[in-house]
Amino acid sequence: MKKFNFKVLLALATVLLISMLVAGCGGNSAKEQPASQSEGEKLKVGFVYIGPVDDGGWTTAHEQARQYLEKELPYVDASDYVENVPENPNDAERVITQLVEQGNKIIFTTSFGYMDPTIKVAQKYPDVKFLHCSGVKTAENVGTYFGRMYQARYLSGLVAGKATKTNIIGYVAAYPIPEVIRGINAFTLGVRKVNPEAKVKVVWINTWVDAAQAKDAAVALLDAGADVIAQHHDAPGPQQAAEAAGKFGVGYNSDMSKIAPKAVLTSPVWNWGPYYVETVKAIKEGTWDSTPKYGSFTYWGGLKEGVVGLAPFGPMVSEETKQLVEQEKQRIISGEWDVFTGPIKDQKGEIKVPDGQKLSDQELIEMMWFVEGVEGTIPQN
Amino acid sequence: MNQEILVAILATAVTAGTPILYAALGEILAERAGVLNLGVEGMMLAGAVSGFIFATKTSSPWTGLLIAMLAGGLLAAIHAFLTVTLKANQVVSGLALTMFGTGLSGYIGKSYVGMPLPVPFHKVSVPVLSDIPFIGPVLFNHDPMVYLSYILVPVLWFFIFRTRSGLHLRAVGENPAAADSMGINVFLTRYIYVIIGGMLAGMGGAYLSLHYVPSWMENITAGRGWIAVALVIFATWNPVNALWGSYFFGGIDALGFRLQTMNVTISPHFLKMLPYLFTVVVLVLVTKRNMLNRIGSPRALGLPYDREER
Repeated sequence: MKKFNFKVLLALATVLLISMLVAGCGGNSAKEQPASQSEGEKLKVGFVYIGPVDDGGWTTAHEQARQYLEKELPYVDASDYVENVPENPNDAERVITQLVEQGNKIIFTTSFGYMDPTIKVAQKYPDVKFLHCSGVKTAENVGTYFGRMYQARYLSGLVAGKATKTNIIGYVAAYPIPEVIRGINAFTLGVRKVNPEAKVKVVWINTWVDAAQAKDAAVALLDAGADVIAQHHDAPGPQQAAEAAGKFGVGYNSDMSKIAPKAVLTSPVWNWGPYYVETVKAIKEGTWDSTPKYGSFTYWGGLKEGVVGLAPFGPMVSEETKQLVEQEKQRIISGEWDVFTGPIKDQKGEIKVPDGQKLSDQELIEMMWFVEGVEGTIPQN
Repeated sequence: MNQEILVAILATAVTAGTPILYAALGEILAERAGVLNLGVEGMMLAGAVSGFIFATKTSSPWTGLLIAMLAGGLLAAIHAFLTVTLKANQVVSGLALTMFGTGLSGYIGKSYVGMPLPVPFHKVSVPVLSDIPFIGPVLFNHDPMVYLSYILVPVLWFFIFRTRSGLHLRAVGENPAAADSMGINVFLTRYIYVIIGGMLAGMGGAYLSLHYVPSWMENITAGRGWIAVALVIFATWNPVNALWGSYFFGGIDALGFRLQTMNVTISPHFLKMLPYLFTVVVLVLVTKRNMLNRIGSPRALGLPYDREER
């Protein structure tokens, strides 16, 4: 047995090496091109991604914004981005540090789990600015940013409320966290604005990525009488289930009509481009600061800033509905009204937000209750 | 709970269990030959992505399925080479295979993420049988791959326990030295069943990308390969038990979702834990029973065979 040890090690090393090479090719495609000396004057901006740039959802949205940034600001070199970075402290810290060492002066870390690693690296490099997406911790040189996706979800709720005939709308939800709950509530408020009889049934699936399970959850909702399926999940599985059943759906993250053209009414989508341009400009001009002005976020843009929006409507959406959506959109953009303006009742029918009052940003960020019209429970841990 | 909902839950259990079933059947063959292959997840992913790519290019899910089997078998062949010929540690090699398969599938599937499949496996009701009340809609209103698994399970059971080749297979897994002295080619046998096991894992992966979802995204298996590995122990290396086990494991989530639509909440963490919990319980039971009457784990499982050490 002993004499084989060397051979075995060699063979294993080969397999590991190949797999690392392959993973590496897939992961860091853009990193291998160092900025040439002639571009030394450019402002380098780096990006840390949780998924692959073509995940068709969350990371794709950030990647499109990165390309937009490079196009809009000629003095920016945003060629350093790293895909598939795990959220554990070791990997995240290593990647962020590496980006700093490569000369990036501004670094966007685009997933919640990079929060502590970002803060930690930022302490070591006070002259580099860090922007962390969706987090709650800021520092002198660390700002947080997020989008008011709930506004777009409210608009998509209007469309779903008009489309339902059974008055049951299914909602496939990833995890019971405030971001998801806020979205369900806003969506339900939209649905019930146009259709006070309708209910939104929620099924938690406790995964962001398992498309097959998301689809099963959607099928369970369809069997329970739902005829529109909305989702807060990264994969289009629920939309495919709606399409297969001949029902409608509301996608998420990116325009999901490509995969389920007969079902998808619209999809609430992210559009980070304008924010990235604005922030990089502000940092260059020295007008940027990291104070959390919106609850725990340095920046929390919505429909008005164009950070969130709706993907193009499917052909089944009527002109009347489109007009209504446009009207409500303008009402939110003008600032005269926002989604969580009272009166809003909770599931028990008790007034939670009195008439004329508005939930504060911090209350929205910590939201852990359902509005009236949601059928489902928030699991207590 | 009315009958309609029960039928829906059971039918979903069959669909959800099928990818796990294929992978578990493959792993049963490999482990019966004495080779533990923890690369199931990687082989499933390789099958899922290559099956999807070829099914897209040829507009035929059957071509996709064939390619998925080849891909799974190819990865398994690496494992066989490392563990049978080079006598490497089976656990390490299997884990490496999972990492390799995960990375490789993500890499070659990049431009196919989120694309619809032109022709997936469609549901085909079996004439006559699907009209049987209750049983019909639960078992006989599925796609061809489910029916294929119905045939595969008894065939594999018969093969393993009632044929001469099956006896050889078990002999190699139980006592390779004795099998060798009987004139059975231990190395060849192990190669064959590890590779067939990989092909079945590839089919399990392809079931996800060609029928269940059907589309490709990174890590589409989401841990089903590991459930399959646990299921093999749960099923005590018996294909028929694997059938029940996979439907049971597959049905747990389906049941959880249905209960939620009826406003009954069971902690999803608890449900996700169940397959592994049951595996531990079965492992305890089997081990106890083993003291009296050995049924279960192939005795030479995980051990490389070296003729010089006989």
